Amino acid sequence: MPESYTELYFPVLVQAICAMALAAGLLTVSFLLGNRVRNRVKDMPYESGIVPTGDARQRFSVKFYLVGMLFILFDIEAIFLYPWVVVYRELKMFAFVEMLIFVVLILSGYFYIWKKGALDWSGADAASRKR
Amino acid sequence: MPASFTSAADLIRLLPEIILTVMGTFLMVLDPILHKRSSRAFGHLSILALAGGIGGSVYAYAHAGPAFGGMLMVDGFATFFRVLVMVVGILTVLPSYRFLNRQDAETSEYHALLLFSIAGQCLMAAANELIIVFIGLEISSIASYVLAGYLRDDKRANEASLKYFLLGSFATAFFLYGVALIYGSTGSVNLIAVRAAISGQNAPEPVFLGLAAALMFVGLGFKVSAAPFQIWAPDVYQGAPTPVAAFLSAGPKAAAFAVFLRIFMTAFEPIGGGWEPLVWISALLSMTIGNFAALLQSNVKRMLAYSSIAHAGYVLVALTARSETGTAAAMFYLAAYALMNIGAFAVVSHLSGRGERYQNIDDLAGLGQKQPLTAAMLAIFLLSLIGVPLTGGFFGKFYIFKAALDSHLYWLAVLGLLNSAVAAYYYLRILVMMYMHEPGEAVEAVEPLSLGLRAALILPAMGTLFLGIFPAWVLDFAGKSAALVK
Repeated sequence: MPESYTELYFPVLVQAICAMALAAGLLTVSFLLGNRVRNRVKDMPYESGIVPTGDARQRFSVKFYLVGMLFILFDIEAIFLYPWVVVYRELKMFAFVEMLIFVVLILSGYFYIWKKGALDWSGADAASRKR
Repeated sequence: MPASFTSAADLIRLLPEIILTVMGTFLMVLDPILHKRSSRAFGHLSILALAGGIGGSVYAYAHAGPAFGGMLMVDGFATFFRVLVMVVGILTVLPSYRFLNRQDAETSEYHALLLFSIAGQCLMAAANELIIVFIGLEISSIASYVLAGYLRDDKRANEASLKYFLLGSFATAFFLYGVALIYGSTGSVNLIAVRAAISGQNAPEPVFLGLAAALMFVGLGFKVSAAPFQIWAPDVYQGAPTPVAAFLSAGPKAAAFAVFLRIFMTAFEPIGGGWEPLVWISALLSMTIGNFAALLQSNVKRMLAYSSIAHAGYVLVALTARSETGTAAAMFYLAAYALMNIGAFAVVSHLSGRGERYQNIDDLAGLGQKQPLTAAMLAIFLLSLIGVPLTGGFFGKFYIFKAALDSHLYWLAVLGLLNSAVAAYYYLRILVMMYMHEPGEAVEAVEPLSLGLRAALILPAMGTLFLGIFPAWVLDFAGKSAALVK
């Protein structure tokens, strides 16, 4: 147990103050010293050097969100494989069996979304299944 | 590092969760394989899984003890709540046959989600470590958020699901913050170790402990819908499909109370004087807000939601008592409450009709003439909710207020009893509506009782009467298991 919490967390406080001071200082200095040229072209939204076309507020398919969500889910689950690799030598058979169970669970989830047609972008599979 | 993490005994003690998870996963992948919709088989399978889970938890109790290095504690307390949530699960599936068929929404995913949610609740019941509590809470909650919005073409169900999800995840974050503070100040998340650290020589600063206990109270108070964290309950219960609302009002609530009791009666027991006023106020607020708001409701599901807030208040009275009798009384009350409440919801699900049109108290008019059996069963549940002798609700209230008096909480007991008198009014109003009015449009349109619904009404009614006539059977077990600190 630490002697006192104030003592223990004092360095953190100093660090936080330094970080904020640095960020504020840099912004202030560049604001004071930098010279600004304002014109119509310069105030346009930055689109990697290409002249922007149209409005950004468009409707787009909900499928993007579905794929995005599924990607994040499986991506995060795959991350568990990294710590597993590190401790595999020590845990041997136990780790193998545990990972087998984990992978089977992930694969059953994958099987589910696949068969449900969540990965089918055009909807062609669903149409052919109905027939 | 130990040579092996898992022994056969560990797996036996985790048996109910294993059975539920395997069967849930199986049911989940069954739906896309079979394109034909056959809900009867899905329902049968999930009842089979739950019955297997009950068998598994009894078998686990025969090999009671800690599992996975003290992360789980399989004792009488855990077994009591595991069996309770699985019985709640079975009583949810039984009325779902007819309900899902009527809404054209028969899929195996419904049952899979139900099983996952119950697996999380079983884990909560047995958890002996804050991280496991959190994992169980999430497994249970995430599945129930989806279940609340199961009828996805229904606007109200969408509203219910979204509200439940947003507020629920916010509350879970509070709980997790409390866990972090506990780990920071005691260096452990194991409840026994936390208790030792709190009552030991180098006790951590009380500010951190108090803050942690308060944050956990917020998180758990939300899950049991105790005031002032009860706002979500009426909207969610009203919008969710009726069998799901029945489940939400009994299963997650019982599991959250199990966690509540275990954390506050083991780890935080040494600082009991600190959190007692907090729970005292919350208990009184829940009873009063729940009962008085229920008086004004015209929708049966909303009324039952407010009544379930009031019942959470009664259980908090038992927690305020801070004694083994109080814990045993809370366990008994939760069992009685789960049976009578889920039975009352089953009647609503039977009457509501396609698209859940009929949910008002007026729609129950004349049920006594048209379907005497349904009306009689609902009467038993309502009388038990009031707390009339010969029903489980009576002994539940009796033991809770007795525990409160034993701990010298005279004011809380008096205010609680006054509250139950107020509650009698809105329950009796339904009885009057059923027996003393001519049948209305809703009752004329009611279908004959299907086999599943018959079972869903008669079984909890028998259970309620059993708890009211032979309370000692359950109470003895609860009393034996209530000693959480060994």
